Amino acid sequence: MSLDLPLTRNVRPDRSPTGFAAYEANGGYRGLKAAIGKLAPAECLQIIKDSNLRGRGGAGFPTGMKWSFVPMDGASPGHKYLICNADEMEPGTFKDRLLLECDPHQLIEGMICAAYTIQADVAYIFIRAEYHKAAKLLREAIAVCYDKGYLGSAILGSGYNLEMQVHSSAGRYICGEETALISSLEGKRANPRAKPPFPQVSGLWGRPTIVNNVETLCNIHHIIERGADWFQSLGLTEDAGTKLYGVSGRVKKPGCWELPIGTPIREIIEEYAGGMADGYQLRGFLPGGGSTDFLTPEHLDLAMDYGTIGKAGSRMGTGTMIILDDRTCPVGFVKNLMEFFARESCGFCTPCRDGLPWSAQVLDDIEHGRGRPEDMDTLARQVTFIGAIGNTHCALAPGAMEPLQSALKYFREDFERHISGGACPFRDGGAR
Amino acid sequence: MSDRNSSATIPLLDDTETTLSAAEIAGIDAEIAHAPYRSAVAIDALKIVQAHRGWVSDESLRAIARHLHMSAAELDGIATFYNLIFRRPVGEKVILLCNSISCWIKGCEGLQQQITQQLGIGLGETTGDNRYTLLPVTCLGACDKAPVLMVGEDLHEDVDAQTLRQLFDNSGGGA
Repeated sequence: MSLDLPLTRNVRPDRSPTGFAAYEANGGYRGLKAAIGKLAPAECLQIIKDSNLRGRGGAGFPTGMKWSFVPMDGASPGHKYLICNADEMEPGTFKDRLLLECDPHQLIEGMICAAYTIQADVAYIFIRAEYHKAAKLLREAIAVCYDKGYLGSAILGSGYNLEMQVHSSAGRYICGEETALISSLEGKRANPRAKPPFPQVSGLWGRPTIVNNVETLCNIHHIIERGADWFQSLGLTEDAGTKLYGVSGRVKKPGCWELPIGTPIREIIEEYAGGMADGYQLRGFLPGGGSTDFLTPEHLDLAMDYGTIGKAGSRMGTGTMIILDDRTCPVGFVKNLMEFFARESCGFCTPCRDGLPWSAQVLDDIEHGRGRPEDMDTLARQVTFIGAIGNTHCALAPGAMEPLQSALKYFREDFERHISGGACPFRDGGAR
Repeated sequence: MSDRNSSATIPLLDDTETTLSAAEIAGIDAEIAHAPYRSAVAIDALKIVQAHRGWVSDESLRAIARHLHMSAAELDGIATFYNLIFRRPVGEKVILLCNSISCWIKGCEGLQQQITQQLGIGLGETTGDNRYTLLPVTCLGACDKAPVLMVGEDLHEDVDAQTLRQLFDNSGGGA
């Protein structure tokens, strides 16, 4: 039985982009036509709520619930905004690039349906600066949609108007945090904002705003066209739909695949990624990008869904796993991540601005044989104080602490060997 | 990165006011047309001027600030926040070397050493012939093809020693 994989049906083996004609010939823009002028925005919202779609950017918040906080029916006269977060920068995450480069019209159709549901009149695609090819394809696809009457005034002859444009960013990981993204789109430094007020009420330029991840938005028109029950039926566990899963690191076939949500981790790593590369053993993995807690081989038979991974002490995050093999140093691994987060701190709040470089320095000392036994307590304290939600202005620093705290739990003996031996045991004669 | 006050890298201020070109103004004004107020396009304006001039000098920064009706200090606060706005001169092409986790596992440190050997530049430095500047970059979203780097707008995947030789061998960088 072949799997029903809506998001990647237009992804070609050579990853060449699917243009407008091919997209429409393969059923594209049917969701748009099913929504605009046929269904009321409230009906579309109910379908998305019923579908149990959860945000694919990492946090997993229910999309329908997020949208339900947007003031409707003239409750907030003026502009409303939909923003696509295409600022893919989470270390180890390479799924949105696939959707953007291979099937730009799918994102645009999903965005038009999402914007219609919340009655936004302006939509932005906030894309990271380095995705030149994707930005160009999206601009071309948007121009085609204006020509076809899918964007602009009176879409499909209805009373609904929507303008859409691409904003190419200028760097910085923190722009992926939705309120920081809004600050950046306003032309400011990308400092996150305090919540409340939430963006749904007061976002871009103080107006109601929804920010959704690329993969989330790519689902919308499929759900509206084919129904909430269909979407629910795609998942293998309590979560609904499909998910783009990825594996990188020392496996035989690193890659990204759309699979039913809830596919077992073992199946993803051993079948799709081909198992570990020759000469390497699996020691652990981050299930969903650089700011998720390590899991270990004992977790391989868990289902890759939000609830199951959460109960195991980590997060599904972006769904793109990073493999720690037996010849790569766990201390060096965590140090690389910590230096990344320290570099990418926006600098607004002290625990993050000063705490992350401190953690990175302690890890650097341990990695290079300068560690002291009391460093273990220092790291544990940093995890406690920097990692607690509420001690920092946004989720960047707590996210940075996730791989560290779980490395201290699962790979503690590696840290201690560095300290007692005064050197990294992986550097001499190891893979690196 | 800490020698921003050095006169060797930042030209001394002078009284000659640099102005924006007609093409730069047209590009910026097209962005302003979509925005609720002029300074909202600060980042777009910086990128437009950088696309024309390669980097954003103090003089360029003041000219942009005047055009957007904002202070140069406020605009500089924005410009220096973003790692892809260059407030110092860069080479004709910027090499963005991914050093995030998947590329680190696959050996990006070795690539960096080889680039340094071939071109004679470390991170943040520009070759003597002004062809290349080497910078680290956040995960480029191509982790299944790690290690990766970008040269200008081109992404190179599964990079190894041979790739680097092909890319940079005839560059004749060095100081």
